[in-house]
Amino acid sequence: MIDKKLLKEIALSESEYLNICELLNREPSSLELGLFGALWSEHCGYKHTKLLLKELPNESARVLSEMGKENAGVLDIGNGMKIVMKVESHNHPSAIEPKEGAATGVGGIVRDIFAMGAYPIAILNSLRFGPQDIPRNKYLLNGVVEGISTYGNCLGIPDVGGEIEFEECYTTNPLVNAMCVGIIDDKSPILNARADKAGDLAILVGADTGRDGIHGASGLASQSLEEGSDSRSAVQVGNPFLEKVLLESCLISAKMEGIIGMQDLGAAGLTSSVIEVAEKSDLGIELNLDKVHLKENAMTPYEIMLSESQERMLIIIDSKNEQKFLKFFNDRDLKANTIGKFNRSKNVKIKYKGDEILNTPVKILTNAPAYELSDKKPKWISEVQKYIPSKNNISDMNKILESLLKSPNISSKKEIYSQFDHQVQLNTIVLPGEADAAVLRLKKGNQAISISIDCDSKKCYLDPEVGASMAVAESCRNIVCTGARPIGLTDGLNLGNPEKMDVQYQITKTIEGLKKACLEFGIPIISGNVSLYNESNQKPIFPTPIIGAIGHIDDYSKTVTASFKSVGDKVIIIGEGQINEDENLLSGSEYQKIFENQLSGSPHIDLNKEFNLQNSLIEIIDNKLINSAHDVSTGGISIAIAESCILGNVGSNILLDGDNKKSIYFGENRSAIIVSCHPRKSGEVIKIANKHNVDSKEIGVVTKNELIINKDIRIKVERLMSIFYNQSD
Amino acid sequence: MNIGIIVFPGTWSDRDCEFALSSFKNVKTFFIWHKESIPKNIDAVILPGGFSYGDHLRAGAIAQFSLVMKDVFQLNQKGSPIIGICNGFQILCEAGILPGALIRNKNLKFNCSFVNLKYKKSKKFTSSIPKNKILKIPISHGEGNYQADKNTLNMLKENDQIAFQYCSESGVINDDANPNGSVNNIAGIYNKNGNVLGMMPHPERSCSIDLGSEDGNLIFKSMIKSF
Repeated sequence: MIDKKLLKEIALSESEYLNICELLNREPSSLELGLFGALWSEHCGYKHTKLLLKELPNESARVLSEMGKENAGVLDIGNGMKIVMKVESHNHPSAIEPKEGAATGVGGIVRDIFAMGAYPIAILNSLRFGPQDIPRNKYLLNGVVEGISTYGNCLGIPDVGGEIEFEECYTTNPLVNAMCVGIIDDKSPILNARADKAGDLAILVGADTGRDGIHGASGLASQSLEEGSDSRSAVQVGNPFLEKVLLESCLISAKMEGIIGMQDLGAAGLTSSVIEVAEKSDLGIELNLDKVHLKENAMTPYEIMLSESQERMLIIIDSKNEQKFLKFFNDRDLKANTIGKFNRSKNVKIKYKGDEILNTPVKILTNAPAYELSDKKPKWISEVQKYIPSKNNISDMNKILESLLKSPNISSKKEIYSQFDHQVQLNTIVLPGEADAAVLRLKKGNQAISISIDCDSKKCYLDPEVGASMAVAESCRNIVCTGARPIGLTDGLNLGNPEKMDVQYQITKTIEGLKKACLEFGIPIISGNVSLYNESNQKPIFPTPIIGAIGHIDDYSKTVTASFKSVGDKVIIIGEGQINEDENLLSGSEYQKIFENQLSGSPHIDLNKEFNLQNSLIEIIDNKLINSAHDVSTGGISIAIAESCILGNVGSNILLDGDNKKSIYFGENRSAIIVSCHPRKSGEVIKIANKHNVDSKEIGVVTKNELIINKDIRIKVERLMSIFYNQSD
Repeated sequence: MNIGIIVFPGTWSDRDCEFALSSFKNVKTFFIWHKESIPKNIDAVILPGGFSYGDHLRAGAIAQFSLVMKDVFQLNQKGSPIIGICNGFQILCEAGILPGALIRNKNLKFNCSFVNLKYKKSKKFTSSIPKNKILKIPISHGEGNYQADKNTLNMLKENDQIAFQYCSESGVINDDANPNGSVNNIAGIYNKNGNVLGMMPHPERSCSIDLGSEDGNLIFKSMIKSF
């Protein structure tokens, strides 16, 4: 029987090994076993999620791609233009080597986008770290930000937005998710990751293949991190300059005659790249490893096939054009070699130094098992869902508001986003921090797109299903607040070890929650990524389904930002503002975490109400009725209003009804948006809300320089700004 | 006027410069790949921002040896207008066309944000800027900390070669307004002859009110008018 240590290294179980022997009708060779380890890894094979992911809605009139079949999802936005987008995680590499882990995360997602023939126009980040008073967590944050900055800035792709949360559960296992959006203009075709016919060639372009990143997909991404283990050799090192040259060259080659397809080399390197293309094309391929340009001599076939060296692309062409393509890349100082030829055999053959060293059916290699997960609710989740009433007797609402504003989950992220180039390409018409989502114009005509990425992981901890629905709702609500209509989503699911029963429940419910919200909103998930085995101190992270949303704006002159604009404007709450005093509004809130030192209760969202709210706001903004929109999220109504004051450098005088002050001011579980408008327009705003069956109410007025809420809160805006931007006392 | 935009491997504001200049009538822009020579009909060149050659060694250090730079030297001798923006400024300093050097930002962090600039009059680059105007233009760099020795600084001052200085919204030049630690808040300089401008801020990024400012256009407009 095979050595258990070896199986652990490639993250295969004994039963999976036996399954392989049965399918092959023999024991696999060590090279084959390496290939199986990669292709059957959680990271490439989606063993624990593929049955569930199939359930997610992924179609609409705009969707041009088939879920899971391409490098990224494609949406038609009219005028012949197409938007390509995807989110991807690089969690474990960033836990070990934050700068390079985050940098190569950006590199990987950008390659996914230009592999489709799309020019990348925006990057967004979703980040999670442990508390910053632990030095290791601080080191991880600084390293990740530096990595994104170093790599992304060099590419000339703006980093236009993102979100970040700090929670205990991410200590030593940070989450680093990067989303990239690309555009295909009318003249260019969408490139697929496939060959047309037998005889087509595969050209490997870009970096030399080295010993870096071996077992990245299997060993690193598909197991829990081990205390004190040194997996640094499994983390790749990026070269953004080479990526930039590769990006520009590949996109020129995408328009050359004879191009058939393109595929990036990411997790599991050549193995997944070549074999997945063969599978999708329903063809076989013969690879010649002697043609792969190497960083060092004496690399074994195993190392060549599993290397995760960065900045490499596979270009699939019609054989007639071979010399033309090779010369094109060489002229641009990129190494390029024809390494494989597709055939009808439906087997992968590998040649090395003249010998055939592998001949295996593609179908068996890609036939990773699919596991059914338990959906039995763990006791501890039922326990935490029992709401523990507020115990503290702090009555100074000013103090609570100030503490919340200072919390790293709420305070300004300027220190981070100012390190990212967010303006290159001249499309960013709403800058980071100005609104709930980024807005990019498309230069052609008045169209724009709005992009957001979001997830409230504390809610997902208390109720994975409701939390996942909330993530969809919030990400869509963010783009709606700029005036955009949501048209597509990408999901980055980050969860714990799927071999544990409670995590199985979390995975099952998370996907159910996503599905429910997507069906209610009629919006498809067009691409995504799953990262499992995220644990800290043997405990799973909070389920963190990160949702990237994209919205369409017909006329960007109507775009709205979050800041209050003019003194005298009316402040209106649209949505669940008929203040529900239920203490449960505080379940999973920032207030509960900071002032009660616990998380408990059942978060709640009414998806139908949420959808109506979003539709009403789209109509209100389309009619140019309001001057600002900002949704109620972390910190509750009082924080949403304070932020609109801070961004506009104005005050406001607000009256909110109700007796249970804490849940009114700081409760988060409501679908509501704070808008401001000229006094003459407020009637029309309320009329449109009514038409959509959405509550709305005038709650106050924009004033010069002080935030006043009832008789409880009274703080100068100058002070709010200094707390928000500098975390000063 | 024919304006050449030089493209090195790693350059990324080439298309942004083309876009910003596309709003000017009578201006044609041409991309010039670093391996090519500059055509005879080119009247002015822009060295755009980016990370030429990945900024390996030092920002701008390798680009100065590109084939195209021979022609840039020649255009300079002829007195043709040359603007180096961000990485282009770094290249011009490395090539010795402009004095001084750009080192890492004082806080060692990349910085992308709007800054305010006070300008010094020049024949070629400021004629369209209203008197006493404070320009609002974005920066985006990790190595924009301008440094020079005492003699060079004295020379720059005496010859009115300090083109732009970082300042507050109201025009006060102080440490608070300095985003990167540059000596004397220097954001851009002219050469002695006045035909070369190097600046860290990106005028092409402030070419439309949609993007938050149109002040960068004033610099391009001045150059085009002066020709």
